[in-house]
Amino acid sequence: MNSLKTPRLLFAAAGLYVVILVMNLTGLLNDYFLHIINQSLIYVTLTVSLNLINGLTGQFSLGHMGFAAVGAYVSGTITTLLFNVKPTLVNYPIFVLALVIGGLAAALVGVLIGFPSLRLKGDYLAIVTLGFGEIIRTILNNISVVGGPRGLLGIPKFSNFHVVFVVAFVTLVVVRNLAQSSHGRAFLAIRENELAAELVGLNTTRYKVMAFAIGAFFAGVAGGLLGHLLQMAHPTQFGFLGSVLVLIMLYAGGVGSLTGSVIAAFALTFLTETLRMVLDSLSDMTNLPLGDWRMVLYALLLILIMLFRTEGLMGTREAKIVVLKEDQL
Amino acid sequence: MGSIFNAQQIVNGLQLGSIYALIALGYTMVYGIVRLINFAHGDFFMVGAYAAYGAFFLFNAFLGGSGLPMAAVTLIVAMAAGSVVAALTNRFAYKPLRNKPKLSSLITAIGVSMLIEYLFSALPFIGASFRAFPVLIEQKLYKIGTATISNYVVIDLLVAATLMIGLTFLVRKTALGRAMRAVSQDKDAAKLMGIDVERVIGWTFLIGGAFAGAAGLLAGMTYPRIFPYMGILPGLKAFIAAVLGGIGNIPGAMLGAYIMGLAETFASAFNSLLGEGIAFAILILVLLVRPRGLLGEKSADKI
Amino acid sequence: MKRAFLILAATLVAFGLAGCGGQDVIKIGGVAPYTGEAATFGVSSKQGMELAIEEWNAAGGLLGKQIKLVFADDKGDPAEGATVYTKLIKQDEVVAIVGTVMSKVTLAGAPIAQNAGVPMISPTSTNTKVTEVGDYIFRACFIDPFQGTVGAKFAFEDLGARTAAAIFDVGNDYTKGLSEAFAAKFTELGGSMVAFEAHPTGATDFKAQLTKIVQANPDVLYVSDYYNDVALIAKQVRELGFTGPMVGGDGWDSPELTAIGGDAVENGFFTNHYSKDDTRPEVREFVAKFNAKFGAEPDALATLAYDGMYLMLSAIKNAGSTDGVAIKNSMKALRLPVVSGTVQFDENRNPVKSAVIIEIKGGKQVYRTTVNP
Repeated sequence: MNSLKTPRLLFAAAGLYVVILVMNLTGLLNDYFLHIINQSLIYVTLTVSLNLINGLTGQFSLGHMGFAAVGAYVSGTITTLLFNVKPTLVNYPIFVLALVIGGLAAALVGVLIGFPSLRLKGDYLAIVTLGFGEIIRTILNNISVVGGPRGLLGIPKFSNFHVVFVVAFVTLVVVRNLAQSSHGRAFLAIRENELAAELVGLNTTRYKVMAFAIGAFFAGVAGGLLGHLLQMAHPTQFGFLGSVLVLIMLYAGGVGSLTGSVIAAFALTFLTETLRMVLDSLSDMTNLPLGDWRMVLYALLLILIMLFRTEGLMGTREAKIVVLKEDQL
Repeated sequence: MGSIFNAQQIVNGLQLGSIYALIALGYTMVYGIVRLINFAHGDFFMVGAYAAYGAFFLFNAFLGGSGLPMAAVTLIVAMAAGSVVAALTNRFAYKPLRNKPKLSSLITAIGVSMLIEYLFSALPFIGASFRAFPVLIEQKLYKIGTATISNYVVIDLLVAATLMIGLTFLVRKTALGRAMRAVSQDKDAAKLMGIDVERVIGWTFLIGGAFAGAAGLLAGMTYPRIFPYMGILPGLKAFIAAVLGGIGNIPGAMLGAYIMGLAETFASAFNSLLGEGIAFAILILVLLVRPRGLLGEKSADKI
Repeated sequence: MKRAFLILAATLVAFGLAGCGGQDVIKIGGVAPYTGEAATFGVSSKQGMELAIEEWNAAGGLLGKQIKLVFADDKGDPAEGATVYTKLIKQDEVVAIVGTVMSKVTLAGAPIAQNAGVPMISPTSTNTKVTEVGDYIFRACFIDPFQGTVGAKFAFEDLGARTAAAIFDVGNDYTKGLSEAFAAKFTELGGSMVAFEAHPTGATDFKAQLTKIVQANPDVLYVSDYYNDVALIAKQVRELGFTGPMVGGDGWDSPELTAIGGDAVENGFFTNHYSKDDTRPEVREFVAKFNAKFGAEPDALATLAYDGMYLMLSAIKNAGSTDGVAIKNSMKALRLPVVSGTVQFDENRNPVKSAVIIEIKGGKQVYRTTVNP
């Protein structure tokens, strides 16, 4: 791997981080804005990790939020029920450990779900991943220790802009380095033609299970971050519609483009809030109930994006700073 | 444990399966030809239910009366509404993406689904609230041994069976059916053979939408409560039934739907807390044993 | 790149625009699920809030200013809830919040209000944990155990039931909590639970569970769902041959219950906050005004949202200021007759009020009896 090129992305990220932080501290961006950025960053982590499974390896997964649920509940159980810690600086190691364990638990589930992918393809696999997600939700509804349908409550608020930013960045770098290495070409080969990949001697089993494990790990970490941001986790948050939202972000950004995943995660999260703002202002001015039409416009814009950018915002292209070795693409 | 497999539960499972089958049949037809997970199919179903609801009140206001003519008119309106929405969706959201990556249309499908739901929810004269679906046909209950069965269940079952037979006939015996099969097997080859692929797809959406509309009416009659988001879950179940039966296989969709109905019923009777999860576990097991669905054909991978 | 900047600039302008606003109004935040599968509850809640504010504004406003409702849709989703609570507090700078409907979403919003010192009252979040978040968090409804307990006592003592069955939504804490409380109290009184069945959220077919219930032959069936599910459950359980009484909670209170359920919901009883036949002026005026404005009977959600808003506005008026601490203290000292009864908050900021039992008779809600806490 060419480590010489890595710092460019690091510098860009550091720059963005500092700009947002300074704008927040000087009051240019209020906490509401920062909250939306936090949410966008969690969606970046989810979308980029789904990109590894779905975009790069071509394994159609409809249960990505199921992994996030495992991460949220496992890490939340550790910080809330096991240690019952306050979100102070000295306790951050416990939080980080909890996030990692949550991620590993999700990865384990990912491996479990990866195995059916050895036998099943396309929409058949989609049903199985969807079913797994729903099974996880059913189980969570029935474990009273973690609250059942009341949800896991009182999770300490460890997540903040700093943590969420770092995790999104690390996810992006790890998936990028995987994608743009020889492993990455193996993933792509499976996506393009699995039989051919096998015939040229690729261990497709290993790569598919690997994609599911790594993708699920980061989804689990993202789930943990979400739980520690909202201070709660609830089974319904991680259902089918949640997984579909991540899928929308993936395709709206462009399958296989990590840049696209990042842009779409931000764009779609901000779109809902911007529409809220604009329509509220307009209905104040006109005295019409325009706010009711927010989600109608959202859906319409989504369709238009796909009609005019049929391969998503970025297609399969990457921004230069995300490319590890420019000469090879 | 033995007590969960009694006559009444079998009737319950068949009723649930019939509703799933009604939606899954239209679904699998479209699915077999354009190979697109049509997320909006559940919403065509919802539109059908609302159209029937509206037709009922208009019919009542202008002509009055009820009984068979009323039921026939509402059925026609529901089917027409389903067709129109399906055709519009195909024309404006799917057709422009026909030769693009399949997954782009998947996102527009989700977008269309959201658009229809939120639009119905936002329109002042429809709104998000639940509405009581009118009684089109008086309900009658029959006792067969220890089980009670309603005439609605019989109607649902008969309609689902008729539609399946009709569809199978259409696909196997008519010129349009032959063209459909050709398009589903190889679009490009079909085009070379002089088949107007877009016309065939257009017809498929019209018929599939009509089926969804009819299903909306029957579901509204059987479970008399309609609201703009009523199509999400049935749409998902239809998708699962279609995949379970084998993509694009019409008897397969029907079989898949009944298996799901029975699996859900028995799983809930066995343990209602875990019922949903058990039903999904059964589906996963079935797919692991039959990776191409129950009646799906084995096709060789192309390199 | 140019385009990206344009979009960014447009976004910033939009956010900036929304921040502007006159200082001559008092802003109150309102939160409810206005889109998504719980939208119907949000629609009712928003109507209740609007009606209360309209009344106050017509009567001269609050502290000499007009009141403005800043409403936000939470989509019934905790993450969206956290976002809109942050928006209302940090962007719109509301002085208090009335919201939201579902406990799981309120629990994501409450810590934000508590940290910012913005008083809030949830109209309908029944989960006991909601007000435990902190001393700025109030509620206008009963807590989970209360209605189940009252229902069980009524079933055992008034209806003379000795065996009971319950059905609830496995994914909804309100219905599960009510059913659990019912089962606990009914068993304690000496009755026995012969079936305790759950159904998935969003189900329309409940026959698998109901068949088991009917075969267990209970004297009474406890249905803790909302009206839309209750109506279908009632129809299906009657179809399966159950003729006994059904008992439920305030989720039943909607004109849609009898519209959808028809004859099947006859011989049904539910615990509620008030009866629509009540001759108290608060009730009579509210029902009449609601009917006039929205052309329908108010349901429980509209009533509690109206009351929640009314309580909050009264607390601000009594406090004589829009300061968070003052409002909070004024709220604690409140004792006020509203539609859902005379409300006074206990040390956990839950309202102390009596419950009434309503019977469904001839398609109408008929007052049966009052139960004191």
